Amino acid sequence: MKPMRVRKLKEWLIEKSILLSGIFSVVFVLLIFLFLLREGLSLFRGESVIDFIFGKSWYPISDPPRFGILPLILGSLLVTLGAAAISVPIGIAAALYIAEIAPLRLREGLKAGIELLASIPSVVIGFIGMITLGPWIKNFFNIPTGLTALTGSVTLAFMAMPTIVSIAEDAITAVPRQYREAAIAMGATKWQTTWRIVARAARPGMLAAVMLGIGRVIGETMAVMMVTGNAAIIPKSFLQPVRTLTATIAAEMGESVQGGPHYAALFAIGIVLFVITFLINGVADLYLHRSRR
Amino acid sequence: MAHKNRIFSGMALCLALGLAFSGCGRQGQKADSLQIKGSDTMVNLGQAWAEAFMQADPKASVAVTGGGSGTGIAAMLSNTCDIAELSRELKPEEIAMAKQKGFEPKQIVVALDGLAVVVHPANPLSQLTQDQLAAIFSGSVSNWKEVGGSDLPIVVLSREVNSGTHVYFKEHVLRRNRKESQVEFAPTALMLPSSQAIADEVAQNSGAIGYFGMGYISVKEKTLAIAKDADSPYVQPTIENVVSQAYPISRPLLMVTRGQPTGLVARFIDFVLSPEGQKIVVKIDFVPVKSN
Repeated sequence: MKPMRVRKLKEWLIEKSILLSGIFSVVFVLLIFLFLLREGLSLFRGESVIDFIFGKSWYPISDPPRFGILPLILGSLLVTLGAAAISVPIGIAAALYIAEIAPLRLREGLKAGIELLASIPSVVIGFIGMITLGPWIKNFFNIPTGLTALTGSVTLAFMAMPTIVSIAEDAITAVPRQYREAAIAMGATKWQTTWRIVARAARPGMLAAVMLGIGRVIGETMAVMMVTGNAAIIPKSFLQPVRTLTATIAAEMGESVQGGPHYAALFAIGIVLFVITFLINGVADLYLHRSRR
Repeated sequence: MAHKNRIFSGMALCLALGLAFSGCGRQGQKADSLQIKGSDTMVNLGQAWAEAFMQADPKASVAVTGGGSGTGIAAMLSNTCDIAELSRELKPEEIAMAKQKGFEPKQIVVALDGLAVVVHPANPLSQLTQDQLAAIFSGSVSNWKEVGGSDLPIVVLSREVNSGTHVYFKEHVLRRNRKESQVEFAPTALMLPSSQAIADEVAQNSGAIGYFGMGYISVKEKTLAIAKDADSPYVQPTIENVVSQAYPISRPLLMVTRGQPTGLVARFIDFVLSPEGQKIVVKIDFVPVKSN
């Protein structure tokens, strides 16, 4: 009787502590968002939201300061789009290869390699991008500087790839065996089975993988600050320098007078970023749940 | 069972450690330690002073970090450093913030610095007037041939806005000290995170132009001679020219303390201003305040 009660008590304790940690993480997210709102919204006492989001010039320390973040939003979007265009096809193809085609031993090796790629610190990837990729892009396209949106996209594609590959691979592996067996029994070739049956069944999961990869790209700071040149102009092509939302916060937070308008503007940028990543994660979540059902 | 217990005590330990650490602030520091923070331009200089000071006084420990002038003063306001290094003067709102926090910031000039304007060594140009500089950095001139160079687009490099060098260059070169001026850095200017990043980019980009403190000059870049206006002589950024004020773009380097310096802070500042401390200034390629 007695050991039974002790065990029950333990069970109860463990259960509640897990519940508590779950609640804590939600509370933390809420607190962070409230903090962002409190610090950021004070900007809009002196500045209109329209001028902030659609303003074309970002001169935060001039007198009077100009806080227009349109170039920064477009910079972030351009770099993210470029990174997605590179990493999504390669990532999905790699996931299909690993899950469906590669022999067992090669599959383990590839998975380990891709996880290793995920563990390289972003500052190291940025450094490599700045030293090797930048000069190469400058010479290849014969442009004045190699610190461009394209350089940022390629660098970030490397960082999004591991997320996309591993989640998409999970989704593909989760497709029931019977689907494949049925397809092959019906006389479908390997390619038809992989592309028309498996890839289609795993589509929601792959979409979630892409969304999470993009979420990682848009929030990345260090690598992007090192390779994109950080000029706050509205970009007209991939071969121009851009300044992203994240790099702006990182570069300027140290200088801003605490409680001043510049400080509030940086927090307002944080709100914009939070909303963007929240939307992306929300969409990903929606599809992920659908794929589980 | 035993296994589960271990996990449990492990969790408890983590929690306890977390609580213990969160309670630690800067109050726990030793009386003999000094935190210096601020200007990236001055980081090497501050480090050299700190090392010499610690050699003379082995009990003292002086830590120097960079991050930008603004970072330094922000750290002083939030009470995480004892001396802030600035490569520009304090802004009025920063002084107001300090007073709000209950102290009067004291600014002490500890060295002088000439700002070198540098280009790629292969650039045929060797001199510019201040007006030409302003035109290049504000973007109204965008090709080297417009200022007498070869037909090549100009790539303007600047420091980020958290840099005192950025602020100084804007106010004294772009705006020529006129308060009402609204001139800005060209929006196409690349904002690089450090002086070293500017040096690296200039060294490998034949169209680039950038600026940084004299301490960063190396053989991989070419410094330009600068003239106040078209009638004035063109002057190279050398120690003699900064001392004699012939070189037009030079500025004071400051240390800011919380009120009148006392104790270790005062001893350190005295050391910095002593002939020995000023010798270090020359060694790091800056200009001493007291020409003795």
